[in-house]
Amino acid sequence: MHRMHNTGPGRVFDIFNHVFLAVVALITVVPFLYIIGGSFATESEIATRSFFVIPNEITTAAYDYIFSTDAVLRSLGISILITVLGTAVSMILTLTMAYPLSRKTMVGRNFILNLILFSMLFGGGMIPTYLLVKGLGLLDSIWALILPVAINPFNLIIVKTFFQELPKELEDASKIDGCTEFQTFWRVMLPLSKPVIATFTLFYAVFYWNDFFQALLYLTDTTKWPIQLLLQQLVMVANMGIGDLQEAQLYEPPEESVKLAVIVIATVPILLFYPFLQKHFAKGVMLGSVKG
Amino acid sequence: MANVHDNTLERTAAKSKKGKWNQILKEKWLYLMVLPGLAYFLIFKYFPMWGIVIAFQDYSPFLGVFGSEWVGFEHFQYFFSNPDFLRLLRNTFILALYDLVFFFPAPIILALMLNEIRISIYKRALQTMVYVPHFMSWVIIASISYVFLTTGGGVVNDLIAKLIGQEINFLSSPEWFRPMIIGQIIWKETGWGTVIFLAALASVDQEQYEAAIVDGAGRFRRLWHVTLPALRSTIVILLILRLGNFLDTGFQQIYLMSNSLNRSVADVFDTYVYFVGITEGAFSYSTAVGLFKSVVGIVLIVGADRIAKKLGQGGLF
Repeated sequence: MHRMHNTGPGRVFDIFNHVFLAVVALITVVPFLYIIGGSFATESEIATRSFFVIPNEITTAAYDYIFSTDAVLRSLGISILITVLGTAVSMILTLTMAYPLSRKTMVGRNFILNLILFSMLFGGGMIPTYLLVKGLGLLDSIWALILPVAINPFNLIIVKTFFQELPKELEDASKIDGCTEFQTFWRVMLPLSKPVIATFTLFYAVFYWNDFFQALLYLTDTTKWPIQLLLQQLVMVANMGIGDLQEAQLYEPPEESVKLAVIVIATVPILLFYPFLQKHFAKGVMLGSVKG
Repeated sequence: MANVHDNTLERTAAKSKKGKWNQILKEKWLYLMVLPGLAYFLIFKYFPMWGIVIAFQDYSPFLGVFGSEWVGFEHFQYFFSNPDFLRLLRNTFILALYDLVFFFPAPIILALMLNEIRISIYKRALQTMVYVPHFMSWVIIASISYVFLTTGGGVVNDLIAKLIGQEINFLSSPEWFRPMIIGQIIWKETGWGTVIFLAALASVDQEQYEAAIVDGAGRFRRLWHVTLPALRSTIVILLILRLGNFLDTGFQQIYLMSNSLNRSVADVFDTYVYFVGITEGAFSYSTAVGLFKSVVGIVLIVGADRIAKKLGQGGLF
């Protein structure tokens, strides 16, 4: 049907459109390819820029160097720990809170929903939250990167709406079978919510993996830095070697290929899960556009 | 129908006090389940709201909230008479305006262009590529920017040097800060921003196109009269949301891209609160600055909600 007028200006537009979008796609992807290629290049090749994406001489020197020091591996471990632990905590809190709030008969439901809504509009802000975390003795603890951001209220509301839209007959039936509300939630609702669980698990996981702000705010102990903070120090704070971070010994400033390799390492988990991320995040956007 | 009836019965029952307690006891599991989440909101969202009182004190960590001296609106007076205030307001406002003018239309245009691609495998490949940067952290984006834009070795600057004979100091010159920030946002989020518009486009009734063709509408008239109207409500709601969050410039991005040389244009409310509060330890003053921003923020979002209702889009919440 759209092919009916495929002559003249329409045809010219089509060609332009295809080419333009290809260029746009390349502009988004090529920087990543360049970084990956560069992380496998020799220092002299990076300096003379004798290659574009694939270096002439492939070397793993940058990675060998990184894995011979503790700093990057340790940061990687911390990032993985925060991501796994944080996602688990967030999902448990989000699901257990969303389910009761999806039940319209619950006394006090509106009060709690309004409490959540208001917290989305107004908050104490950076400093009072910082003082609270400090007061709780969580500074320099990885819990400081998890607890203050454990529930994303947007995610909570979307999950609540999802539960709300599951057929009410299911709850009634399991009630007749003598299930408590928790058993209904656990045995009936959760198995039906697998797609939503997958979506929000990925939402939270990407958030924790990528987050830099919480770490910047609450961690001063460099041995507890997640990979994002380490990367920032390495690339943006000039002339700081990985060695500086471990024991104030003076090393040479990091070579360009080492910087690139750390960028790659911080990116790999995202790229690894990318097919799932693309699918589930798009679903999340759609769920989110349905108001609760 | 029976369901609705049951609900009303339950609600009427819940209204009487005794019925309320019975209801709570009957559903005690619900309360046990809601408790951990509720505790989270009370501790990490509501307790800090109480902490705002230090904006009206000369808070000292040693004296605590109860021991510190009350100073009323002194910090606010100081802030409003401080040249920093106008600078922050200006920087925030200009960045937000640039974002609105240059970034906001970008996903709409890209979505319309993607929508014109009929070879579905090519379209999907393009989507897969342009979505990638959305999932990367700001640290990654900033790092890549440093690697590419730095003078004396950055790819982009090598290229520029070859073309115009000299390098451009993107990373540490005030005049390039704003274009760089908006450029990063466009690069990172335009692709992903198309998702919501493509969904709206997919739901356009195909018969409308057929009718338009019968009426002799060419491709661009169809775009103008069928496709764009289909996107209108999505565009309006996103625009209102954006106005509601007008002051929310991304802390992470701006913190990462700012340095002592471009700070005059880079500082926005959030980064200022961080530097003055966390780095310099002026807790009360920075809390006052944060409170000012929160109050303006809530006014904007409530205003945006009113506008949404007036335009018949239903409220934002």
